[in-house]
Amino acid sequence: MSSADDMVVIQDLKKHFTGIEALDGVSLTVKKGQVIVILGPSGSGKSTLLRCVNQLEEKTSGEIWIDGEKLTHNSKQIDKIRSEIGMVFQHFNLYPHLTVLENITLAQKIVKKISKEKALENAMAQLKRVGIPEKANNYPAQLSGGQQQRVAIARALAMNPKLMLFDEPTSALDPEMIKEVLEVMLDLAKAGITMIVVTHEMGFAKAAADEVVFMDKGQIVEKASPVVFFTNPTHERTKLFLSQILNH
Amino acid sequence: MAQLTNAKVKPPRRNSPEYREYLRLKLRAAPWWLYAIIAIAILTFITIFTNIPFQKAFLFIKAGLSVTITTTLIAFIFALVLGLLTGLGRISDNTFFKNLSTLYVELIRGIPMLVLIFFIAFVGIPGVVNGLKAFGIWLTEIGVSGIGGWLSAIKNEVPMNTRAVIALSTTYGAFLAEIFRAGIQSIGRGQMEAARSQGMSYWQAMRYIILPQAIRNVLPALGNDFISMLKDSSLVSVLAVRDITQIAKLYAGRTFQYQEAYITLAVLYLTMTILLSFLMKFIEKRIQKNEQR
Repeated sequence: MSSADDMVVIQDLKKHFTGIEALDGVSLTVKKGQVIVILGPSGSGKSTLLRCVNQLEEKTSGEIWIDGEKLTHNSKQIDKIRSEIGMVFQHFNLYPHLTVLENITLAQKIVKKISKEKALENAMAQLKRVGIPEKANNYPAQLSGGQQQRVAIARALAMNPKLMLFDEPTSALDPEMIKEVLEVMLDLAKAGITMIVVTHEMGFAKAAADEVVFMDKGQIVEKASPVVFFTNPTHERTKLFLSQILNH
Repeated sequence: MAQLTNAKVKPPRRNSPEYREYLRLKLRAAPWWLYAIIAIAILTFITIFTNIPFQKAFLFIKAGLSVTITTTLIAFIFALVLGLLTGLGRISDNTFFKNLSTLYVELIRGIPMLVLIFFIAFVGIPGVVNGLKAFGIWLTEIGVSGIGGWLSAIKNEVPMNTRAVIALSTTYGAFLAEIFRAGIQSIGRGQMEAARSQGMSYWQAMRYIILPQAIRNVLPALGNDFISMLKDSSLVSVLAVRDITQIAKLYAGRTFQYQEAYITLAVLYLTMTILLSFLMKFIEKRIQKNEQR
């Protein structure tokens, strides 16, 4: 089902929560190196779709392949695949009892069994990449929201992931901090990292996405290149969504 | 808010009108109750060292201090282990452990502590010992004579001090379990998700991410329970364990000096609990400082 240049293949994915059909038959293919931006109203299933990819949410039915490997219920396999997928959360979820450096090195050491020196070296490299190496020995509470989210991105990158998932990474930030996080994400997109991004930042979608996916009521309504999506959408629901967010 | 009252404000100049107001506020905020307790303790200690009957009572009763302290310490360490395991069981997805932990907590919480101590010491422990012996005899019969012989040779007479420790730790294990459970549940779901998303197993996430934060949050509550346990250790005197309460009772019964015996006893407990709560306040302050980093 999954060819060699596919990073993620999702086939007829369904997810029921009690009383709600969060995902109602979603199929999506993400090629290696692609940046996919998922848009849609809240409650449309965007986050659930993202969380099913690294199995933070257990799917009800359907199949998912990551880099050719089919996801199963085997907890060893789940842990292994998760260690190869970086995830960035809306609320950063840094470990508050650890320093920035410890946040970035912990999983390298205990999951990937990398030596302390290598992990530290790697952590510093990632901190430079996100532009805040001077904060290495601070605690998360001493950082601004934008800095915390950049540390979270560095923490994910330090695991050398095949795929990065972003779950509304700028939604909890003050407006003036959104830019610094989006700039880091744009750099990653340019560097050819495969990314799936759930966001409300249309500017990022236009600038970085290879494809924009629009979801509503647990289904993919429209999938198109950003140029087509923003200038000439085919679906009525998409037009309505775009008119509401662009006309103010 | 606490920082506001604790902040070191530079006192105004003496004899200025502000100085009177400053002094008034300072006197109002002082912990008078604590000074009262300290005064009572000092008075009692002076009495103990100047008044011969009190001195005699004190010298007799202090022989039980080591039993009270070791019983409390050992029982608390076991209760911590039991409480942590049970607390983890309460939030576990495993149906068996979840129900077993809940059963244990609910059973203990529904029975008075004094009754529990009698029950564990005179019903529970002999029951378990007899069960193990019967199991050992059965093992020997079916040919596993190594473990079988060892089990069937267990002595019936478990010392009362051991029974007291088991009874106290079983009881407090249930209380501490609820503290640990609440502490773990106070850590946001995002922490577990972040750890799992990096490929950590459930237990790795617990050990490196959740528990360090949870335990820090519940340290004050654990300290409180340690003080409670020190006081409740007086209940084991019903098992004739020679802690300070039992010895004070003996002394009072023998000499009819009830005042001397029980005033000395009360002040001994008070001294220990106040020292412990000072220690706790000190630890809490250090934690707060760490959190302000």
